[in-house]
Amino acid sequence: MTDKLTWKDMEVGNIVKEAGNACFRRTGDWRTERPILDKDKCIKCALCWLYCPDASIKPGEDGYYEADLYYCKGCAICARICPVEAISMTEEEER
Amino acid sequence: MSRRVALEASHAVAEATRMADVDVISAYPITPQTHIPERLAEMVAYGDLDAAYIPVESEHSAMSACLGAAAVGARTFTATAGQGLELMHEVVYVASAMRYPVIMAVANRALSAPLSVWGDHSDAMAVRDTGWIQVFCQNSQEAFDLTIWAFRVGEDPQVLLPVMVHLDGFTLSHVTEPVLLPEQSEVDRFLPRYHYRFALNPDQPMTHGAFGPPEIYAETKLAQAVVFDNCKKTILQGWQEFRDIFGRHYNPVEEYRTENAETLLLTIGSFTETAKIVVDARREKGEAVGLISLRLWRPFPFEEFRRAVRGAKTLIVFERAISFGLGGPVVAEVRSALYDEETRPKVASIIGGLGGRDMSEEDFEYVIDRGREVAEKGSDRVLETVGIRGESEALKR
Repeated sequence: MTDKLTWKDMEVGNIVKEAGNACFRRTGDWRTERPILDKDKCIKCALCWLYCPDASIKPGEDGYYEADLYYCKGCAICARICPVEAISMTEEEER
Repeated sequence: MSRRVALEASHAVAEATRMADVDVISAYPITPQTHIPERLAEMVAYGDLDAAYIPVESEHSAMSACLGAAAVGARTFTATAGQGLELMHEVVYVASAMRYPVIMAVANRALSAPLSVWGDHSDAMAVRDTGWIQVFCQNSQEAFDLTIWAFRVGEDPQVLLPVMVHLDGFTLSHVTEPVLLPEQSEVDRFLPRYHYRFALNPDQPMTHGAFGPPEIYAETKLAQAVVFDNCKKTILQGWQEFRDIFGRHYNPVEEYRTENAETLLLTIGSFTETAKIVVDARREKGEAVGLISLRLWRPFPFEEFRRAVRGAKTLIVFERAISFGLGGPVVAEVRSALYDEETRPKVASIIGGLGGRDMSEEDFEYVIDRGREVAEKGSDRVLETVGIRGESEALKR
């Protein structure tokens, strides 16, 4: 979207007038590895949700915490912090 | 009704800032700028100025604090010199790109090494490309007037750019001269209250200072260049309004006895006043010598400059900085400005007054005579200078 804007569309001082618009930015395409949750091991402790630096881990209706891959950058902090090793990282495949 | 008072140029800048009713001052003291923040701190402490004075631990923090203040719509002022300007360098760019009209006085000082607290224009030349509107003052009255004017222009809704007011360290900053101080009501008429439309406000959250990825950075820079190009008309309008209210007229390029001048001397800052004495003496002798002084440095006043030198045979640029491997930074710009002209004067470059070296009338006499020779015959020296011992033996390879 931003690659259609010309210099005339730039706000004064490049201010972003719309608060909270980072949610429109697809940061998931930076990812080289994705987190895979093993629900058999997960104890729903929510540490992954707490530690995720991009707030891309959300509780589902079933109470399990899973990464929203639209945002998840694959940093693996969730996998590292998980006390029961329920999260593993797997390589993204070339598409 | 103006009052005529004796003021040091530094104190004239402080007084102008007080009369501009500034909201926030953040500065770190450094010679030869010290008297400016010192006086302002005093005014705040004694209740003569209702402003926040933010003491900081460095110039980098001073400029950063100014950005924060500007972000909430405060009228903001700082001052620095030499190494201090270098230390705040990266934040200087941020002020202009974020369109915060911070006003900064720079008491021009040489750069280390060797350590020097004395005056030259090395500090100013190092911030040429920072996107600030920049002017050079010739005397205390100008230091007062251009500071008031800087707020008027920088804060204009069409401009929103920071403004640097340069005054030569010591030879101007510490010189006491008569200054006409206007009535507060006149200043208020000239300088309306500042209203910044995009001030940070919790009720209307927005982001200042977001990052700019490659698909957008270049567009932001072009937008900035366009604004900088447009600011010229507000600069001129500001000086017009200044004349209407205060009766003193300023222009981007000052012309002094340039009528039918064959030889023109070009100076910036406080050199100009000494140059005028020498030009008068030459005119007395019947020589067609004139003077032009660049008051407006950024945006470069191409139009006024070209008009001012039209018809002259020789232009001698006398400046106070070196760009190593290039020569004089001012003369490089001047030559570039003349390149597309069909007829243009021959240009000579002479450098002097580095690191506080006094430049006397005799030195200016030499500049005119040697400048004419160099313009005619060229130079075999690494640099053409005045007053640097052994210079004639520093030959180009």
